[in-house]
Amino acid sequence: MSIILDMLPISFMFAAPIIMAALGGLFSERSGIVNIALEGIMMVGGFAGAALTVVLEPVMPGMAPWIGLFVGMAAGVLFSLLHAVASINFKADQVVSGTALNILATGLTVYLAQIFFNQQRTRTFSAGLRKMSIEGLRDIPVLGQIFFEDIYPTFFVMILLVLGTWFVVFKTPFGLRLRACGEHPQAAASMGINVYKMRYAGVMISGALAGLAGSAMVLTQDIQYTVTSIHGTGFIALASLIFGKWSPWGVLGAGMFFGFAQTLSYYAKDISFLAWLPNEAFYILPYVLTIVALIMFAGKTVGPKAAGEIYDQGKR
Amino acid sequence: MAERKKKTGVESLPGDDTARNAIMSDAGAGDHPVAAEQLPVAKKTGKFLVPLVAVGLGFVLGAIIIVITGKNPFIMFRAMIQGVTGLNLASGSFNPRYIGEFILQSMPIILTGLSVGFAFRTGLFNIGAEGQLMVGALASTVVALAVKAPAVIHVPLVLLAGAGAGALWGAIPGWLKARFNVHEVVVTIMLNYTALHINNWAILNVLGSADRVKTAEFPVTALLKDPWLSEITNGSRLNWGIIPVILSVVVYWFVVEKTSFGYGLRAVGFNKEGARYAGLKVERNVVMSMVIAGAFAGLAGAIITTGTFNFGRVLPAAEGYGFDGIAVALVGMNQAPGILLAGLLFGMLKAAGTLMQSAGIPKEIGGIIQASIVYFVAMKLGIERIIDLLRGRKADKLAALASGDTGEVGV
Repeated sequence: MSIILDMLPISFMFAAPIIMAALGGLFSERSGIVNIALEGIMMVGGFAGAALTVVLEPVMPGMAPWIGLFVGMAAGVLFSLLHAVASINFKADQVVSGTALNILATGLTVYLAQIFFNQQRTRTFSAGLRKMSIEGLRDIPVLGQIFFEDIYPTFFVMILLVLGTWFVVFKTPFGLRLRACGEHPQAAASMGINVYKMRYAGVMISGALAGLAGSAMVLTQDIQYTVTSIHGTGFIALASLIFGKWSPWGVLGAGMFFGFAQTLSYYAKDISFLAWLPNEAFYILPYVLTIVALIMFAGKTVGPKAAGEIYDQGKR
Repeated sequence: MAERKKKTGVESLPGDDTARNAIMSDAGAGDHPVAAEQLPVAKKTGKFLVPLVAVGLGFVLGAIIIVITGKNPFIMFRAMIQGVTGLNLASGSFNPRYIGEFILQSMPIILTGLSVGFAFRTGLFNIGAEGQLMVGALASTVVALAVKAPAVIHVPLVLLAGAGAGALWGAIPGWLKARFNVHEVVVTIMLNYTALHINNWAILNVLGSADRVKTAEFPVTALLKDPWLSEITNGSRLNWGIIPVILSVVVYWFVVEKTSFGYGLRAVGFNKEGARYAGLKVERNVVMSMVIAGAFAGLAGAIITTGTFNFGRVLPAAEGYGFDGIAVALVGMNQAPGILLAGLLFGMLKAAGTLMQSAGIPKEIGGIIQASIVYFVAMKLGIERIIDLLRGRKADKLAALASGDTGEVGV
């Protein structure tokens, strides 16, 4: 039991960026734009967040990482605009455009690191986001210890984002319109919805969330941004989105599970019935499970119907 | 016919009658509407113009970025010339090692380009060349270490193992697509990371690694390395991998353009339901396409492992050969000669990287240019518009001139 109590905060640390980025993917795909560039956007967000934290740390040590988070988010929005312009205005293949962004992120972040810091990575920051405890709530037996003691603030941000996503996508007119554009854009357009605008919103929100996820990841799990800082987390986010059936609650569950699986890889040697499994088995779990999930969803309509399709106003 | 049109796919799994059906399926396809080569590619001239313009724009953008970041873009162009020809324009010296390294850099990405391109021709997006390459590298490592044989047997075995493993890895998304209609993009992405971790696990735990970075060195009989090739290029890592690469380009061209099998694959890529109606086994073609795509990528893995290196490697992350392949296939328009040229183009960017780095420009500019080119190719609608606009202006001018002439005559 105690080992699980040890593992949970670490799982939350891993899960928070996965879920944030997956929620970003949710907005984009619900609006009808496939976004495999989550990984690249996370890299850009992570770089921007780390760079700003390094630069601001001497001036305002406490606030620097928080500003870093915000700047990571803004960088994500800017970067995602490239995807939006190509796939919405220029009717580019969304997978190709996403691939371009992923390649670009690797080159651009390392290039800029060399321009700003004269090395292939950002300088190290002395402190990223700090763990916190919430007075009062931490005294709740068991739960207080798990959720409110020595926990990264990104966990709470992530929970708020899940709630917010659910509310916005399923309880507001905006969300209804967004989903309409992802299901049947022509029908949405015939009801007077501006499909282009809604899809721009979807992609930009995905940029904000993935950028935030990237900076949150670097500022909690790393000491600097390097080209391997994100190491496939954007694709695990994509996996969570699919495994979670494009719903915020599903994403929450899937992301938590994948975060836990990652943590297990470190603790498995202490758990007798898992000790024989190699670390790599836990690493591949999200990917293999996603393929299995896709097979199980086969033939059912799960994802947004029009995601990935090029929207042509003339087509009916 | 109704039954054929049903999306079951169960009866069309790859069977042993593959070859016969491939030939049969094409019988009479020539007069069928789906077979006619009227693919929806833009006007003939615009077709080749788009990637050319995209490449040009990519380099212009790269140069602009270099200027903005306070460096000299001519260093980049000089490095590219030196990377390809071995000529140092600044000092006038010549070093053939650069030519060898340039070809070495191009070899694997031509193969992953063929991999991505082959799948594209059947309407499939193979983002999984990276993973197929990694399992190919792993399989060739196993054969290189485990088999004792003279080089004439050992080398082909190593290459076959790589291609075979890549083919199997490619078969997974192909089969899932054919059987369950699961989108190959997501499956291949997931399989890339699966392959990465399987590779690392196998090298660390099965093959054994003293330094936890690489396996023991291969016996020389397994290697594509050759002292002579290295010598004529002044000590570069150029190796006999160049032979399978050239053969692959030829095979690709032949299969896609000259065989009924390739014809069937293209028909599926052009119009799936039309191909089904014409009697092609769509599901089988989808699987076969991914198998062959995987084989090309797996071969690249074998060539890297036994040509560039002489040991199996633990990889901290994917190396990007798969993404390179996507860029190569897109710019090469999925045609064998195009892929060869595009592979050399991006190979040049990689080869020039080290030269640029030592001249003070971060070598990542190569990746930025590559990404921009892919991005511009993706925006081909925008590029076509620009081309049309320029053409339109020209046409307008001509029209104006013509009308002006007649006008004058009239007056």
